Amino acid sequence: MAPYIRHALVFCGLLLLALLANAARVQVVEAGAYGDNPANRRSSIARYQQPRGNILVGGAPVTGSRDTGEQLRFERTYLDGPLYAPVTGFASQRFGSTFLEHAEDRLLSGTDPLLSGFPVWHDTASAPGGNVVTTLNARAQQAAYRGLGGRKGAVAAIEPATGKVLALVSTPSYDPARLSGNGTDASAAWERLNADPDKPMLNRAVRQTYPPGSTFKVVTAAAALDSGVITDVDAPTDSPDPYRLPGTTTRLTNEADGCRDASLREAFAWSCNTVFAKLGVDVGLKDMAATAGAFGFNDTKLKVPFAVAESTFDTVVDRAQLGLSSIGQYNTRATPLQMAMVSAAVANGGQARAPYLVERTTRAGGETVAGGGAHPLTQVMRASTASRLRELMRDAVERGTGGNGAIRGATVGGKTGTAQHGVGNTGLPYAWFVSWAQADGAPEPAVAVAVVVEDASADRGEISGGGDAAPIARDVMRAVLGS
Amino acid sequence: MTQAGTAPPASRTAAPRPRLPRRRGIELALIVLAVLLSVYGYCAVGLARTGSLPPGAAGYGAGLGALALLAHLAVRLRAPYADPLPLPIAVLLNGLGLVLIYRLDLQTPADRAAPAQLVWSTLGVGLFIVVVLVLRDHRVLQRYAYVCVAAALVLLLLPILFPAVNGARIWIRIAGFSIQPGEFAKVLLAVFFAAYLAANRSALAYTGRRIWRLQFPTGRVLGPIVTIWLLSVGVLVLERDLGTSLLFFGLFVVLLYVATGRTGWIAVGLVLAVLGAWAVGHLEPHVHGRIEDWLHPFGTIDAGQGPNQLAQSLFAFAAGGMTGTGLGLGHSTLIGFATKSDFILATAGEELGLAGLAAIFLLYALLVERGFRAALALREPFGRLLAVGLASILALQVFVIAGGVTGLIPLTGMAMPFLAQGGSSVVTNWAIVALLIRVSDSARSQYDGEEAP
Repeated sequence: MAPYIRHALVFCGLLLLALLANAARVQVVEAGAYGDNPANRRSSIARYQQPRGNILVGGAPVTGSRDTGEQLRFERTYLDGPLYAPVTGFASQRFGSTFLEHAEDRLLSGTDPLLSGFPVWHDTASAPGGNVVTTLNARAQQAAYRGLGGRKGAVAAIEPATGKVLALVSTPSYDPARLSGNGTDASAAWERLNADPDKPMLNRAVRQTYPPGSTFKVVTAAAALDSGVITDVDAPTDSPDPYRLPGTTTRLTNEADGCRDASLREAFAWSCNTVFAKLGVDVGLKDMAATAGAFGFNDTKLKVPFAVAESTFDTVVDRAQLGLSSIGQYNTRATPLQMAMVSAAVANGGQARAPYLVERTTRAGGETVAGGGAHPLTQVMRASTASRLRELMRDAVERGTGGNGAIRGATVGGKTGTAQHGVGNTGLPYAWFVSWAQADGAPEPAVAVAVVVEDASADRGEISGGGDAAPIARDVMRAVLGS
Repeated sequence: MTQAGTAPPASRTAAPRPRLPRRRGIELALIVLAVLLSVYGYCAVGLARTGSLPPGAAGYGAGLGALALLAHLAVRLRAPYADPLPLPIAVLLNGLGLVLIYRLDLQTPADRAAPAQLVWSTLGVGLFIVVVLVLRDHRVLQRYAYVCVAAALVLLLLPILFPAVNGARIWIRIAGFSIQPGEFAKVLLAVFFAAYLAANRSALAYTGRRIWRLQFPTGRVLGPIVTIWLLSVGVLVLERDLGTSLLFFGLFVVLLYVATGRTGWIAVGLVLAVLGAWAVGHLEPHVHGRIEDWLHPFGTIDAGQGPNQLAQSLFAFAAGGMTGTGLGLGHSTLIGFATKSDFILATAGEELGLAGLAAIFLLYALLVERGFRAALALREPFGRLLAVGLASILALQVFVIAGGVTGLIPLTGMAMPFLAQGGSSVVTNWAIVALLIRVSDSARSQYDGEEAP
């Protein structure tokens, strides 16, 4: 009987080996795949086990965390959620995250290896979430949000010398706190926000491009001065009114009078379409495209640190299309942030720094993890060109269409824009204003702003960059200068 | 039939021989180690969950230690030659089981199972002591073979009178306690199979008709045992207790093979098993679902219904990896229903890792191996078959449940010996260990004062 007992024992041994081999398969070989399975809630549980780090504006957090006591323990809260939504985005247990919450997620959630004292161990233990210190100016942000009021639009403000984003506002906005949890409330809010025709979750300041209209004339003027097509801003430009677009029978006209043969100064102050369309054609596609590119157009890689939509200047055009492109129509499109960058480059003597929103990141205790880093400087135009453009923009505010942008005790340069859009230009035009401001006695301009108001509910004829957008820009600039 | 401990006078010689080592000291040391490990685990859970030592740690250690010590004293008194390993292994597994159940209780405060499990463990150790003290010679059981089988059948049939719980009619409820009589029936049936096969092994092996290479015994010899076996399996299928019916099937085939040495029985067994599994898998919707889950553990996820229990169990094992998350730090409660019973191994796998799981498997393997070793050392067929049967029950149980929760084979509800929540199971397994102690004592004491074989 003994041999048979041994056989049975061997059989039991084989069963054990099968168990061990299978356990090794599940726990080692397949472990990664099982761990990554979206139905496996462990990573979510670990992720929400501790409060998320905060996003700071002006030294004070604009976010918070709430202990729900549930399996996914901590939920995101927001102070002034709608005001900062275009910057923070949302951090939802159900719908993921956007903008800074997304771009800085590893730091905020505590999984960034930089946070751990022993970077090798970051797989097993997550540190307390770190904080993100933004470059925003709270008063400028509030001024922009208040200025836009109930209208659809966006504001972007930059510190010209550094590229710091001082304000980033998009309206109508929403409260990201409503999306934080994973309950039915969050789902209902998600459904409602996505179905809203006003698209409150669209970040108009960085993710929406608009035809820049006349504000693009800053770029065209820079190209004309840089390329030598214009050498004297006060000399007549030899331009007809109306201007027949080359190779077509289309006649371009102006809103203002006195544009025939106007000097660059006058044409800029009164926003003469005819002069600038002809200037663009005279400069030529190559130089126009180079200047637009130097300002940041056609850049698909801009991040602040979240991605910014590409602003476009079409480089495959005929001369008539180039003329339209040069006055910010045809396929020329820009984000409000891009137009703030245009204004900032002029204000900063022709040099531009890439815009950024994160001043630095810190551990929960406050020690700096990473600074904003060196932001590359690009020479957009000659310094002399920039200084002439500053003059032109100042004139536009002091005696042109941008009068509403003026601030007592500061030098302000600006450019209005009214961009037509829609089939046959039937849509309500977009009102633009781009500007910069330098306090009297200050060594350099402190702020550059771009404002776009999509459709003020006024009569079409009254919608203009000067009327609707300039006062908002003025309030934002005043907030920055005053603080 | 010779009595245990009495050797043929012819083999006695005048020269004094060294006595066989009894190794009770080793047993005691291992028991102390097992209790300390369990208390350590209990403290680890408390520290992980609340950051402080659990208030009951001292009481838990004292209780487990006292029980183990009493069992040890009973062995010392009445089974001094017994194998020193089974008792410490049982203490460690039972202690670890209590730790795991306590740990899971912390997350389901409304449904606490550890106190009841402690009561049942006490009863189990009590039964162990009674068996060791009262049963002086395991061969007495041979006389009660038919009483055993009758009792087993009654126990198996009893639950039919009681309402089904979670689709299976395997519980009876008396005064708030629920008992699973099928658990006790295992031991009784093992005794009957061992006794019957020991008495009839020659007839089974050498008489009857020969068909191809198979020697079929006469119906008169094979008839009664096949009838009993079919009855029990049939009842279990009716009660939807497929784990236990699989266990009885395996036990029967193993014992038949060991008794007769006929490989053909294994072939027949396998063919029958495959046929039976195919038939049940196709005809029984409950079982059919289990097989579907086994083939496609993540099918319900793909269907948008979220992970099923098996998928959650696999996630838990995967989360443990090599070294585990640490006691109290896993999320095996995501499995939901039956985490403390059928799926308790998932908690072990997640929190102790592959290393801990392998250690647990090896503890079971050692227990099984000691059973087989006792069988090899014995000289009479009933004891041998009984030891093989008891060890096989443990081995098959571990394989069926561990294989089920790790996705190796389709899931069948069964209790992990000593580890899982379940009173009847703990008591039965203590009885099995008691019988193994008794058998191993006989095996080793028969040589004492006698020439080595």
